[in-house]
Amino acid sequence: MGIYLHEMKRGRMGLLAWGCVIGGMIALCLLLYPELTKEGASIQAAIESMGTFTAAFGADRLNYAELMGFYGIYGGCMLGIGGIFYAAVLGTGMLEKEEREHTAEFLLTHPVSRSQVVTEKLLAMISQMLLLNGMVILLSVVSFCIIGEKPDWHDFFLFHGAQIVMQFEILCICFGISAFLKKGATSAGIGIAAALYFLGVFGNITEKAEFVTYITPYTYADGANVIPAGELDIKLVMLGMVYAVIGLIAAYGKYTRKDIC
Amino acid sequence: MENIINIQNLTKYYGKHRGIEDLSLSVRKGEIFGFIGPNGAGKSTTIRAMMGLLIPTAGKVEIFGLSVREHKTDILRRIGYMPSETTFYSGMRVSEVIRFSAGLYGKDCREEAGCLCERLKLDMKKKVEELSLGNRKKVGIICAFQHEADLYILDEPTSGLDPLMQKEFFSLVREKSGGGAAVFLSSHILSEIRRYCHRAAIVRDGHLIVEDDVKTICHSSAKRVTIQGIEEVPGIQAKDVIRGEGSVSFLYNGTMSELIRALQGLAVEDLTITEPDLEETFLHFYEGGKR
Repeated sequence: MGIYLHEMKRGRMGLLAWGCVIGGMIALCLLLYPELTKEGASIQAAIESMGTFTAAFGADRLNYAELMGFYGIYGGCMLGIGGIFYAAVLGTGMLEKEEREHTAEFLLTHPVSRSQVVTEKLLAMISQMLLLNGMVILLSVVSFCIIGEKPDWHDFFLFHGAQIVMQFEILCICFGISAFLKKGATSAGIGIAAALYFLGVFGNITEKAEFVTYITPYTYADGANVIPAGELDIKLVMLGMVYAVIGLIAAYGKYTRKDIC
Repeated sequence: MENIINIQNLTKYYGKHRGIEDLSLSVRKGEIFGFIGPNGAGKSTTIRAMMGLLIPTAGKVEIFGLSVREHKTDILRRIGYMPSETTFYSGMRVSEVIRFSAGLYGKDCREEAGCLCERLKLDMKKKVEELSLGNRKKVGIICAFQHEADLYILDEPTSGLDPLMQKEFFSLVREKSGGGAAVFLSSHILSEIRRYCHRAAIVRDGHLIVEDDVKTICHSSAKRVTIQGIEEVPGIQAKDVIRGEGSVSFLYNGTMSELIRALQGLAVEDLTITEPDLEETFLHFYEGGKR
């Protein structure tokens, strides 16, 4: 597991930074929650009158003044956006960086098969993604304790579970893309994450864009869909996993055959 | 003697661009084999094919009697490889890079690595990106030599090393070769090939030009004839003619009796006939024998 440990070590600073920023921002919002709920009703009314913005951020389906509604909206923004950017940049860079930094020759002239390299890097990415979500969950739970609020644990873990599934899907798709790239992974990753996020927002705004529900994982992972429903849309999750598997097949298929120059 | 490396009709195209065409060569156990060619000749392509970094368009590469395509991991476990350009992961110390490399071979090479670091005078605590080119090369040498390999593939190993370290490096190579390992050495430095290699191959424009004992490569080409007292080549087949003041020098491929007959009656003051060194042979082959 030398490559796995090597990647975990190399990714630790990025993981710490992203975890602190995303978790920190959610924690900050939660710490402000008691103050904000004092204005609860008036804020909710103001939000509901914001037209498309209301729908865009799911505030038409979640109650801002309630803890889980509040958490779904803010968590959906911070972790939803931050999480998919982290997953996309991690995924697109994992294989590409070896060629961009010219370390591929060093690594691949050792007695390791290409598929072993792909597998250990994939496991390292999944581990880092889980640790990121773990950090966010921990900071959220600590914040709940500080403000003296108890979340609906079913909705809380359902939301986080959905976020993890979404990040895993994006991780795998981007990982598949990474096998084809020799450089430019970070830009590609950011572009993909942004595109999927905006497709999700777009889908929230208008019902005419139903097709986006089959493209972006944002639909099945959006707190505004998951929390009111109390469950995940399994069909969309399965479709997302199909995309993920295609990404993984592409990663293994391409990387095991690629010429390393 | 068994062949450690057996390459047959190796061909690789990068799209339309020719990498190497129809290359066949073999390297025996315990042999130090030189691999020479100008830039773009196909040396890197050949080495990459041996290391499993690329898939050939045609032909086969066998190492230790196994196909590289099918048994890459088993083969690489027994190879010590040194690339021409050493790029390591940034932010790692020398000791970490060496340990990471040893770990991938599944071996604990700390003792051997320590000896090599001392021998090559390398500070293990330094970060690799802070090292000079020569010191980075030393890290490459340690990674290649720390685990006991049966074959060493070294791509321009001494470029960047000072003369003292070059000497140390070659004593290391000779030790390993003496111990039964084969060494495949790609180099531009012909004096190294002449001094240390048993056999060599010259490639140019993606093709193998010659593969033979180093001594024979030197022998089989023309002799260099230098005559003092005349400036004209007296009616014989001569190549690479260099005229000086009252002297002429040329490469001569014909018989000695024909040369002696041609020189009779001329005002020859001094006559020197020498084996051309590998530089001349090399250039002769590099330029396709044309000047």
